Amino acid sequence: MALGLFNYWAVIVLMMVGFYTLIARGNLVKKLIGLNIFQTSVILMYVSFGKVAEGTVPILMDAAHRSDGAMGPVLYSNPIPHVLMLTAIVVGVATLSLGLSLVVRINEAFGTIEEDEIRDESL
Amino acid sequence: MTWWVDIFLLVLLAVTGVAVIRTRNLFVAVMLAGIYSLVSAALFVVMDAVDVAFTEAAVGAGISTVLLLGTLALVGHEERAPRRSALLPLFVVFVTGGVLVYGTSQMPPFGDAANPAHQHVAPYYLEESARDIDIPNVVTSVLASYRGYDTMGETAVIFTAMVGVLLLLARGPMPRRVFHEGKWITVRPRTTREELEGAVGGGALGADGETGDGGARE
Amino acid sequence: MRTVKPATEARVNDRVILRVGAKILIPFILIFALYVQFHGEYGPGGGFQAGVIFAAAFILYALIYGLDAAFRVMPPQAAYACGAFGVSLYLLVGFAGMALGGEFLNYNVLAHDPVHGQHYGIIAIELGVLITVFGAMVGIFYAFAGRRRLDP
Repeated sequence: MALGLFNYWAVIVLMMVGFYTLIARGNLVKKLIGLNIFQTSVILMYVSFGKVAEGTVPILMDAAHRSDGAMGPVLYSNPIPHVLMLTAIVVGVATLSLGLSLVVRINEAFGTIEEDEIRDESL
Repeated sequence: MTWWVDIFLLVLLAVTGVAVIRTRNLFVAVMLAGIYSLVSAALFVVMDAVDVAFTEAAVGAGISTVLLLGTLALVGHEERAPRRSALLPLFVVFVTGGVLVYGTSQMPPFGDAANPAHQHVAPYYLEESARDIDIPNVVTSVLASYRGYDTMGETAVIFTAMVGVLLLLARGPMPRRVFHEGKWITVRPRTTREELEGAVGGGALGADGETGDGGARE
Repeated sequence: MRTVKPATEARVNDRVILRVGAKILIPFILIFALYVQFHGEYGPGGGFQAGVIFAAAFILYALIYGLDAAFRVMPPQAAYACGAFGVSLYLLVGFAGMALGGEFLNYNVLAHDPVHGQHYGIIAIELGVLITVFGAMVGIFYAFAGRRRLDP
């Protein structure tokens, strides 16, 4: 994969797309969707840090079972970012569920979920 | 050989992300977010992260979409047109993106096996896992055994999220005890203060009108 | 010339496909969740994925057959109890390690030799994670679905 740093920049673009949705839109559900996209892109970035060029999935296999037929030790991708990102995904859905329940309660209290209208009403 | 798959999936993700920004129908935005999760799960598989891909497909494209749709059923589908100008957010986004690109400029190239991230603990886990724990999936052995504390904290986070959502949204108030006029009495849910004042003489039930019962509607 | 069916009749007939399809799919979803749980050591999988898939079967049942039917199958209090029980099971395994002479969450002391102890420990905590994730996802879904829309 002779891509150099292109992969990282592409993921940074995706992160900024999510970040823009989070800060530029006033609808609370839209903000949470933008946060979700931001989180997924950050996870993508960490996982791409852990990729090793000729490596394979970090599930141990004998050298005899390698699919490319060559002998010698098997090269694995780094399993640690995968472990950390598993936790991050689950924490992300926990945050999303709490945020959405707050949005439901805000809607019942103010009658709207647009940030501008909530600010006008509470002034 | 698989670099074109990589680029195709990244372009698909970018197009989906921009479509989420531009659409004003929230139902469309939720579906696009589900598509985003699913395509990034495919990208995780390309990056050899199969456990992460599995979890992202199940949690991101499954549970997140269900919760967002459940919220849309309660709050409404349309987003209002933005009133403020987009210049300041765009400026902030460009500055942040520029800083991040500068931050990655000194990183080793993508996929390099001599990357410092692959040096200290990772080879230890890959080599010792077969000897200490003897299960093939290294991610599970690291998650459950070597980093078992973090997984305990993560499970506690999920439990806390459930408790938080229940405190905010769950229905079904329970009878509770209030201290009224010198003694404790058990009150039925949703009885008002007038009923309490009027009925307490006969030893009946009453309540204050507060929503201390987990967010039931007034 | 087309005749238009009355609304109620159309609705009942439309749902036959959904009901029959869900009835066929739900057992397979549950078995697949258990497969993912127990084969998480040999391939991709584990407690989190399996818990979410297990909850997805119950959520599908609630979506097709209605929330009351789902409450009869899986009462909300049972879902909340599952959420708490899984964390307790995890902590129990940790304290069992302490009781048998090791430190907290040390699996080596749980059996006659360390490798078997690791296996028992991992199976037990993955089960705890499955139960908590299942209970939390179903509980959160019940909270969202059970709330009626408040129109001003």
